[in-house]
Amino acid sequence: MTDMTNTPRTKPRLSATFDEYTLSEIRRAAATGIYDIRGAGAKRKLPHFDDLLFLGASMSRYPLEGYREKCSTEVLLGTRFAKKPIALKIPITIAGMSFGSLSANAKEALGRGASAMGTSTTTGDGGMTNEERGHSQTLVYQYLPSRYGMNPDDLKRADAIEVVVGQGAKPGGGGMLLGQKITERVAKMRTLPVGIDQRSACRHPDWTGPDDLEIKIEELREITDWEKPIYVKVGAARPYYDTALAVKSGADVVVVDGMQGGTAATQEVFIENVGIPTIAAVHQAVKALQDLGMHRKVQLIVSGGIRNGADVAKALALGADAVAIGTAALVALGDNDPRYQADYEALGTTAGAYDDWHEGRDPAGITTQDPELMKRLDPVAAGRRLANYLAVLTLECQTIARACGKSHVHNLEPEDLAALTIEAAAMANVPLAGTDWIPGRNGRF
Amino acid sequence: MRLALTPAVEAAVTVDLASSSLRELNAALHKLAPDTTEAYWKIANPAGRHALAAGLDAPVTVEIDGPVGYYCAGMNKQARVIVNGNAGVGVGENMMSGFIHVKGDASQSAGATGNGGLLVIDGNASARCGISMKGIDIVVKGSVGHLSAFMGQAGTLTVLGDAGEALGDSLYEAKLFVRGSVAGLGADCVEKEMREEHKALLAAKLEAAGLLGAVDIGEFRRYGSARTLYHFHVDNVSNY
Repeated sequence: MTDMTNTPRTKPRLSATFDEYTLSEIRRAAATGIYDIRGAGAKRKLPHFDDLLFLGASMSRYPLEGYREKCSTEVLLGTRFAKKPIALKIPITIAGMSFGSLSANAKEALGRGASAMGTSTTTGDGGMTNEERGHSQTLVYQYLPSRYGMNPDDLKRADAIEVVVGQGAKPGGGGMLLGQKITERVAKMRTLPVGIDQRSACRHPDWTGPDDLEIKIEELREITDWEKPIYVKVGAARPYYDTALAVKSGADVVVVDGMQGGTAATQEVFIENVGIPTIAAVHQAVKALQDLGMHRKVQLIVSGGIRNGADVAKALALGADAVAIGTAALVALGDNDPRYQADYEALGTTAGAYDDWHEGRDPAGITTQDPELMKRLDPVAAGRRLANYLAVLTLECQTIARACGKSHVHNLEPEDLAALTIEAAAMANVPLAGTDWIPGRNGRF
Repeated sequence: MRLALTPAVEAAVTVDLASSSLRELNAALHKLAPDTTEAYWKIANPAGRHALAAGLDAPVTVEIDGPVGYYCAGMNKQARVIVNGNAGVGVGENMMSGFIHVKGDASQSAGATGNGGLLVIDGNASARCGISMKGIDIVVKGSVGHLSAFMGQAGTLTVLGDAGEALGDSLYEAKLFVRGSVAGLGADCVEKEMREEHKALLAAKLEAAGLLGAVDIGEFRRYGSARTLYHFHVDNVSNY
């Protein structure tokens, strides 16, 4: 490029540090004085299951015949103490998402889709609805710090209880459901006035640590006559110690949610900067269980950015018993569907990037309480889409497992994996592809 | 296994936890039908056990002779639970209805997240009494510790003694009445005018606790939410 005097000029160069998004965020912050709040999970590129590959069978392993030889997928959760463990047909569950954050139609659709495939759904901050219980064959009831809608009748109606200590998108954080989503029904369930911002606490009100949690879990078991599995969910930050303490506290099942896990509404700075990636959390959680002699005795559910059957298979190969999906389930229902592109553009965004779930204006009718928008989601059709998606995840996982010679997806193991990057090799504790080198193998984890 | 039951006066069922297990007791209490004739249970030797009489859902009376541990009568519905001793953390947590009477002191988080019913504590309650209360009525004859009624959403907390620091921090619609001193109010909690309807409300709670006439309603002051934090705003940043 030259000017009129023919002096060469350099091409305009945007800063990698102050990129366009960063600049826009600084301007937005300067104009509003408020940090950005949004839904969904971390959007920055993170080490993920994509950085792992399966070592299919050749000479040293013997594969199973696709479409002919059986590869089982069932999983039993809560075998440690509960009189009534949960039996799922597939190792893929639906993560906790609240009524209030999600529309009633969306919750119904999740129940329909999960039940069709023989798996479970989970409540969320805001309690249990009749629609959700009615359409969910197996329902996990979340026991949250806010205790919105908590009552013993719903505890007894649940198939399992999940004590939520942390969430992958915001380990250590609470939440806030903005007033525009607080309809009369939502407010009544939460015992708060209509239309105010509803804060969800980051700490449980009546226990403060693992010793207390052990007693709290004992109370929940006593109230439900020791029938129901007790899950403990932690956001991935220190998964080795958190898993160990959850086991010590008496959990039947530990749920570890990586930082790609979603949220209804949290500060962007929190979502993108707190916690560790899912791939880094699995190995540490499994190691804790192994060190305690509790692997496969206390089941492990891993969540946070699970998208396809390969992700499922990789989580299982690293030692998980099942995975949970949240964001992917919403997409399967119809979230961020390009057919609503015009509506997304009117909201200043685009299909695939819409994350202002807290504003209650979701064009897909999923993360909203607006009655007109809710009508856009047909719970029967959406449930069918979710069932289809779960079926695909399962088939993909089975395909990979057979290629590795496994007659049950739980027979996948770390030996079936190699890493594409040194980072992934170190985090997942598997060799770098083409080598037998596991960075940090002699390290603590 | 069978509970070690012994016949007692006035048709009470007596359970001695020195010879019966907590699980056996709770299981027996959970099986009670709404029209049970076993309407009065006397529990001996509780020895600070946790989750004692948790999850009751029948119109019965359970009288416990001695100290109880964490979460006594947790999530209670309908039942009258009397503790002739001190109570540990979270007595009556998430109570739905009924009546709990602690005749000694209570530890932290008494009545936490309670949705309904009445909790009376004859002695003192520790920190976070009534934390996240959602409709329960709590009457404490002694004093309460810091952060009591933190994030209290609904119901009443009546304190005949003093309140600790940060009373009613981040309060929603719970109503607080304190007769003694308040060490400090939490964010968004303010003293409010004690109008006639509030005096009537307080009188009703004192009457339910068997205290009407025992104390002068005029000595109480009322505290509630200023409602300035009901909507997130940067001007309130010093409170966040």
